[in-house]
Amino acid sequence: MRDTPLSNCERQFILQAIAERQRLDGRQTYDYRNIKITFGTEYGCCIVELGKTRVLAQVSCELVTPKLSRPTEGIIFFNLELSPMASPAFEPGRQSELLVKLNRLLERCLRNSKCIDTESLCVVAGAKVWQIRVDLHLLNHDGNIIDAASIAAIVALSHFKRPDVSIQGEEVTVYTPEERDPIPLSIHHMPIAVSFAFFQQGTYLLVDPIEHEERVMDGLLVIAMNKHRELCTIQSSGGIMLLKDQVLRCTKIAGVKVAEITELMQKALENDKKVRQEGGKFGFAESIPNKRITTFKLDEAPVDTDGVEEQAEEIVTKAEPSPSLIPKPIVCAPGTGQIGEGIQNEWMIDDLEEEEEEDEEDIVPEPGLGNDNEKASKPTDVEIIQLSDSEEEELIILEPEGMQKKGRKIKSEEAQQITSKIVSKNNKKKQKKKGSQL
Amino acid sequence: MARDAAEAVGETVLAGDLLTFPVAPGDKLLCGPGLRRQGRAHASGSGLAACKCGVVRRKEPSVYWVESQQKRYVPAKGEYVIGIVTTKSGDIFKVDVGGSEQASLSYLAFEGATKRNRPNVQVGDLVFAQFVVANKDMEPELVCIDSCGRSNGMGVIGPDGLLFKVSLSIARKLLSPNCEVIKNLGELYPFEIVIGMNGRIWVKAKTIKHTLLVANVLESCENMTTEQRKCVFKKLSENVP
Repeated sequence: MRDTPLSNCERQFILQAIAERQRLDGRQTYDYRNIKITFGTEYGCCIVELGKTRVLAQVSCELVTPKLSRPTEGIIFFNLELSPMASPAFEPGRQSELLVKLNRLLERCLRNSKCIDTESLCVVAGAKVWQIRVDLHLLNHDGNIIDAASIAAIVALSHFKRPDVSIQGEEVTVYTPEERDPIPLSIHHMPIAVSFAFFQQGTYLLVDPIEHEERVMDGLLVIAMNKHRELCTIQSSGGIMLLKDQVLRCTKIAGVKVAEITELMQKALENDKKVRQEGGKFGFAESIPNKRITTFKLDEAPVDTDGVEEQAEEIVTKAEPSPSLIPKPIVCAPGTGQIGEGIQNEWMIDDLEEEEEEDEEDIVPEPGLGNDNEKASKPTDVEIIQLSDSEEEELIILEPEGMQKKGRKIKSEEAQQITSKIVSKNNKKKQKKKGSQL
Repeated sequence: MARDAAEAVGETVLAGDLLTFPVAPGDKLLCGPGLRRQGRAHASGSGLAACKCGVVRRKEPSVYWVESQQKRYVPAKGEYVIGIVTTKSGDIFKVDVGGSEQASLSYLAFEGATKRNRPNVQVGDLVFAQFVVANKDMEPELVCIDSCGRSNGMGVIGPDGLLFKVSLSIARKLLSPNCEVIKNLGELYPFEIVIGMNGRIWVKAKTIKHTLLVANVLESCENMTTEQRKCVFKKLSENVP
C-alpha cells in the first residue's frame, strides 16, 4: 500500500510553525516525547514506546563456533525489521534504503562502541562461544525510529540473562534456568542515540522529530552517547551544512538527554527486577489490564476539577430536602386504608404507585436508593385518595412534591433517610478526595 | 439465532449476527452502513445481517444502521472528502483519498473550467470533492461541481491551515448539524474548518498557535466525555486574551 503523500499545505504549515517555535504536539524544541519501557516474561524481551513509535526487542543466545579472526570473542548480531504494521509505506520482504541505513547505524552505535564485553561470552576458545542475537521489530512508526530502537536494544541487552555454563576438562555443560540461575551479560556502558532534525538549511533544529516533521526536514543528525559523556557514534545525513558550534551545541543537548534517558532505563530495570524477586506478576500480560500496552489509548491528562465543589453544592442545595421522619404516619380520612390497619387496598394501587415513583425519581436525585427500597418493600397503602364516583365529595389527592410523604412505611422512610445520608456522606467524601487530588 | 431488530437497538452486534425486521408489505426499510441483506425474507419480516461490529442504531420510522469505530475509509458515492493531488496526467488528476485506490478527478469537473481554461491545481494541493462513482468494481471518481454546475464549496482548499486525520466516527459527529464542539470552540477561537468523510480535517485559525490548539482539541474530543470536554473548554476560555 502506498503511504499518504504530504500535501503542500501541511508542509508549509509545519515549516511556518517551526519558524514560530511551535511544534505539532506542543512540545518545546528540545523536549522528548514520553518514553515507556515494558518488559516481557522472558529475560531480554521489552517494548519501548517513544510517544506513538513502538519498538519490540528480543534477545536470544546460542552456542556457535567463533569467527576465525577472533577465536576468543563472542558474536553479537543486530537485526532491525520494519514491519508493515508500522506504516503503510513499509512493504514486507523489500530491503529499502531506510532499513539499510538504520541497521548500519545501530550496528555502529552498539557494536563498534564495544558496550558489551564479548570476551566474557567465550566458553571454549576457538570452539564454542555465545552468539547473542538482538531482534528489533518496529511496531508503529511515528518518527525517530533510531532513538527508540537504540533504547530498546540496550534495555533488552541489560535485561537479558544467558544460561550458566561450566567446563570440566573437555566437557561443557550448559545448565537450564531451572538448574542454575542464568547470568546477565556484562555491559560496560549504555550508548543511546539522540536525533536532531534540521529545517531551513540548518536554521532551526528539533529534537525527537515526529513523522510529519521527519517528512519535512532537510537533514538529520544522530549522536549516540553514553551517560559518561563519551561519544559513540555521530552521523549526519541529508547533506546539510552544519557549523561547528551547531554540532557542539547538539552534543551538549545530547549529553543532557542521554543522562535523563539512562536514569529512566535504570529505574525500569530495577522495578522489573524487584517485581520478579518479590514473586509478583510481570510480563506483558500484566501490563495490558493497566492499559499500558494497548493499540488505542491516550495518555491520562489531568482534568480540571475546579468547579466540581461548587457544582456539587449547587446540586445539593437545589435538590429537594429529603422527607423528614414521621413516627406514626396514620392519617385518618374516610375511605382510606391505614398503615397497619386493614388490608391492602387493591383498587388502582398499581397505577398510583407507578405514577408516584416516577415523579419521585425526577425530583429527588439523591434518595434514589431509597426509592428502590420502597419498590421492593411495597407499602400497603401509599396514597390517601378517596376514590368515589360522587362529584360532590372532595377529591383529595396527595401529590408527592413538596408534601411530606405520609402514609409510608416507617422502615422504608428510615431506609430512605439512611441511604440519603450515606449518599450525601459519600458525596462529601468524594469532594474531599477531589480536593486533596487537586 | 436471529434477533428482532427493534430489541437490538442500542445493543452491540458482531459481524454475522442476523437481525429480523418486522416490516409490513408496502413499507420501506432503509438499511444503512453496516447492514446487508441476508437470509430469506419470511412473512413476518425481512432478514438482514450485520457486516460490522458495533452498536445498532435506529432513526424513526424505519432507518437502521450499525455504528462502528473505523479509521480506514472506503469510498462511497455522494460523500464529500478531502483529497491530496498526487499526479497530473493529461486530462485527469490522481487524488489520494485514503482508500485502497487513488481516485481520479477530471480537470473539467471544476466550476468555470473549459478545455482552454484549466483550473489552477498543483500536485500536493488539497481538494474538497464529492464522489460520483464509488464502488468496489471500478476506480473511484471525484468531481468538484454539483449537478447544477456550481462549485458549492468544493474545490481547492486554500493555502495555509493544517490538515490532520481523525477516525471516521468523529468526522461524522462533527458533521452533524448543531455540533456543540464546533460551536463552543468557535466562540473561543474563530476558525475555518473543512471536514472530509474520509477522516481528514482541515483547519485554519488566526494564528498558528490557535490552529494547533483547535486541531489538538478536535483530535482529543473523541476520547472525552461531555463533562471533560466542558472542563477543557472552560480552561481554554480562561487563557483566551
